[in-house]
Formats: sequence, C-alpha cells, structure tokens
Amino acid sequence: MSDPSISRRALLAGAATAAGGVLLTNLPLDAQQQAAHIAQQPAGPTQSPPDPTKAPGTPTTAVGERSPFVQPQRAPVGEITGTTLTPLQDLAGTITPSDLHFARIHAGIPTIDPAKHTLLIHGLVDRPLELTMADLKRFPSVTRVHFVECSGNGRAAYRSPKPNMTPQQVDGMFSNSEWTGVPVATLFREVGIKREAKWFLAEGGDASLLARSIPVSKGRDDAMIAWAQNGEPLRPEQGFPIRLLLPGYEGNTNVKWLRRIKLGTEPFMTRWETSKYTDPLPGDKVRQFSFEMDAKSIITSPAYPEKLTGPGWWRISGLAWTGRGKIAHVDVSTDGGRTWSNAELLTPLTNKSAVRFEYMWQWDGHETLLMSRAVDDQGYVQPTMSQLVKVRGPGTDYHFNPIRAWRVASDGTVTFEANT
Amino acid sequence: MRRILLLLLALAPLSATACKFDTRDDYLGDKDPRHFSLGHTPSAETIAAENIDVSPNGDGLPAGSGTAAQGAGVFAANCASCHGANGEGKGAAYPQLVGGPKGTFNFASDYKIPRTIGNYWPYATTLYGYIRRAMPLTAPGSLSADQTYAVVAFLLNREGLIPDSATMNAGTLPAVAMPARSHFVVDDRRGSIGGDRVR
Repeated sequence: MSDPSISRRALLAGAATAAGGVLLTNLPLDAQQQAAHIAQQPAGPTQSPPDPTKAPGTPTTAVGERSPFVQPQRAPVGEITGTTLTPLQDLAGTITPSDLHFARIHAGIPTIDPAKHTLLIHGLVDRPLELTMADLKRFPSVTRVHFVECSGNGRAAYRSPKPNMTPQQVDGMFSNSEWTGVPVATLFREVGIKREAKWFLAEGGDASLLARSIPVSKGRDDAMIAWAQNGEPLRPEQGFPIRLLLPGYEGNTNVKWLRRIKLGTEPFMTRWETSKYTDPLPGDKVRQFSFEMDAKSIITSPAYPEKLTGPGWWRISGLAWTGRGKIAHVDVSTDGGRTWSNAELLTPLTNKSAVRFEYMWQWDGHETLLMSRAVDDQGYVQPTMSQLVKVRGPGTDYHFNPIRAWRVASDGTVTFEANT
Repeated sequence: MRRILLLLLALAPLSATACKFDTRDDYLGDKDPRHFSLGHTPSAETIAAENIDVSPNGDGLPAGSGTAAQGAGVFAANCASCHGANGEGKGAAYPQLVGGPKGTFNFASDYKIPRTIGNYWPYATTLYGYIRRAMPLTAPGSLSADQTYAVVAFLLNREGLIPDSATMNAGTLPAVAMPARSHFVVDDRRGSIGGDRVR
C-alpha cells in the first residue's frame, strides 16, 4: 500500500466523501439516483507504473482487493430502512460477488455472534427443537445456485423512469449466488411436523423481527436454511449466520438472520404479507401470497452509461431468470421489438437461477431500440410494460417484470427506454 | 368384494406416497437415519419467551388492554416524531397510517392512493403484531402490552373502525371488522403464459 499510485483506499475515500454518511432515505427519487450515480464514479484518476514489467509489484495481502481500475459499487448507501442495489452493468457471468449482492433492510443490519444465535423450531411438531449453528452444520447439506429478487424490483424505473438510469437503477434488486445450507425438509423430518401443519412462520433476528408465513409445501420442496454463500459464511447483510432461502420466491420471504420457525395451520398475517408485498388488481381486489417471481430479463450491456464508439459488431449481454423453473430461451430484438432472434445462453440452465445470454449485433449506426425477452420452461413469455399495466392496472408494481429496452442513438449514446 | 380389494391394492402405493413426508423431498439417502438427534429440546420457558407471533384469531395476544384516549399519549410520545402528529406519515420511509380514502378499493388505478390501516389492512391483529415486533423504529420492543393495545386502539379509532369507548384487548381486537378483508384474493398467476395473457 506504500505506492500512492495504486491506493484503493484513497479511491474509496473519495467515493465515501461523495456518498457516505448521507441518509438517502428521505431524499426524493431524483436525488437518490443522483447520489447513486455520484457514488459510482471513481474519485480521481488511477495511475499505473509506466511499465509494470520493469519493477516488482505489490506484496500479497490477507484479503484480496479489486483492481483500482475496477470499482463496482452498490447504491444508494447509508440507510437503515431501504435498499442498496447491485451494479448489474459492472458484472459478468451469473454469480453476484457477495459484497455486491443487493440488500433490502427494514431496521438496519444486525451484528450477530453465531455462538449466541439459535434456531428454534416449534408449533405443530412432535419434537420442538433448538439448534445452535454448530448443530445445524452437522446436518446433511445441499449447495445450489439460486437468484434472490425483491418483488419491488423495477418499481423505480416504472414510477420515475429516466433516460439516464443504469441497469443497477432499473433492476438492481436482483442477485444470484451459490448457496449452501440444510434442506428445510430435513429439519421438518427431524422435528416431525404434524399432518395439520400447512404454513410455517419464518422469523428473523433483526430489529424489525421480520416474519413471513410460508406454505409447508415449499418447505418440503426446495427450501433451505442457508449458512454459506459463494464459498464463505453469509455476509451480515445477507443474514449471517443463517437465512431462509426459498428458490424463486420473492426476496422478502427469504428471511435473513433466521431465528425461529413455527408450524401452524393458517398464515399468521404479518405486516409484510398484508399491508406490504400484496398486489392491488382491477376489480377491487388485492393479490396476496404472490410468492413466485415471473420470468424476466434485462440487457446489461450495452446500457446507460455506455457509449458505442461507432458502427460494427457489438456484444449484447444480459441476464435472464424465472422463479418457476428454468429459462427455455431468451430472445433479443435490435429493432424495437419488430423481429426477435434467439440469444446464446452461456451458462447452465438450472432451476430458479440466473442465466447469462449473449447476442452478437452488427450495428449500422442508425438509432434503434435493443430489447430482451425471457421465455421459461412453463411456456411463460416475459410481457411488455403495456401488457402488464393493462392487466394489473397502473397502481400495481410489485412483481413487475416488463421487457426492458435501451435506446441507441446515432451518436452511440445508450439510454433507458421505459415504455415497451 | 374382490373388486374393492383390488381397488384398495391399486391405490395403496399412491396413498403411501401421498402420506409420507420423508420420501423424495427430504434429500436424505436410504442409509441416513430418520432422525439425527442433533440439537436439544427447548424448555417451555424458552418457547414462551420467543413465541411472539399473533394470529388473526387472537392466538398469541397477551394480557393487557388499552383505549384510544390512553393511546393518544403513547402515540404522541413514541410514534408522532416519524409518523406525524395524526399519523399522516413523512415520505415513503415513514408511511401514512391513517386517513386514506374510504369506501372504494381502486388501488390498482394509482399507486399514489394512500394504503392505510382503515382502507388496506385486512386484520387488526397484524397491527399489534407489527408494533410489538418492530416499533418504535429506534426502540423496538419498548412498549408494554397495555401501551401497545392503547396505541392500536388510537389508530383504529382514528380510522373510524372502533368507537371512542372501545377497549382493545385479546378478546376485542380480533373481532374488529376490517373493511379491506374481503378484497384479498390468493395468487392466481400459476399457469399463466405471460405476454398479453399475463395475470
């Protein structure tokens, strides 16, 4: 760290001055986005030695750091009730680096000593059980890749769309990780759940004691109590030491800092499944327990703030996912939705996980709209914005999965286009 | 008789599968034990201390009681700094609690229509459960049972859902009629093919 030309700390200090310590929660959306944008900018020019092959580099360190030339950042930051978004435009492949996983928090990020944390399972069970974290890790485990997406993902881009929105600002409440944990079904068998148990309450150990009611059938299907993410223990903002992971279900149900599971006959009707995370519909209705995330995709490059330097071959790249199974194919349109072509799928198609798609595009230099459309193995086709709003009404923007578009101007600038 | 026997035999494997919780779904191999006998049995006291959830039928509501008049002071001292003197809210972070439009349920027409206790919350018990868990933001869990019942009574009264004279307790709170209740429907999106037939 003695070489000032590559000091990451100096870089971060600059970014922190720009955005750190500011409570963004109460700012209007405009100001939030502006602050987010500032937070993404490196503080100053980074210099490298004239010829890195002519002098030894820096020594090894206990924990690796990103290149000073690469500084992806979540934004906004500094809130205790709010969301910080994943910089989708800065990432490749499908795995979200754990320190860039989006986080929605309701009462700050708790600091939990795993030696003091327990998981209580009780209610309609034969044998109530209390597990230490050491106990939990002795059970047989599974390791799987799954996405987590907030059901409010995409809302800001609907309510206050702006041309200068990045993929992060449009759909950054989406991340994808490898999770390791104990199947809930294994624990159900361990405690012997009673026949009449149809729902379970999952309760977190944060200062809001966030709790959601989940069907027992989901617990038996593919739910897990995750204790590791991307090869290491969970990060505190992802639920350390343990979280509930419900593949394909809306993010809020994946209860972090999990401390209690209670089996019951009926939903418990917590605040997070009644006054929030419910979806008004035309006809004076409101949809409740809308757990599964529908198929969705977004092009992450080219996207704002990129600029195409001229006509020629460009790589269109993006992410697609579905909470109901696997992606079947992803279509890309380079002419505003008039014609569609199959994109290449670069990564394995597994259940309820992200796939990276790619499409090589020869740009002729004329203005156009780029779009992607996910289709899943249930035959579900990602709808357009107008199709969604027509069916659900303009007041419903949870589970908002419209086709996303980027406008490429003839000068190569790329901007967000909300209406599809 | 023989036909019935055959029918029973034919159904037997099916019903066995349907009843067993420990076949496909538990991820255990044939050689794994039915129980690993890890962890320990919690004491009744441990369960009682952690068992804080409240159900719509009143299960889990503690002893205690409160009125709207008592709740006015509790609200002013603990809630008003964020939610406003009359529960009108302050921005998205501190939601409006009372005073949303009544008599209609056209929330799908405009996301700006305030969703408040009286027009959107389907169960009065949720109010007790949420305040007990999470409020006030800076000191969750600091209100007594009486104070919590009182502030719940205050909010329900402000929404015109209970009279001034009402006392909220484990018996009366679950019985409060919530106008939004009948509007809630279960998710019907499964099986949708999306596109212009999205649900």
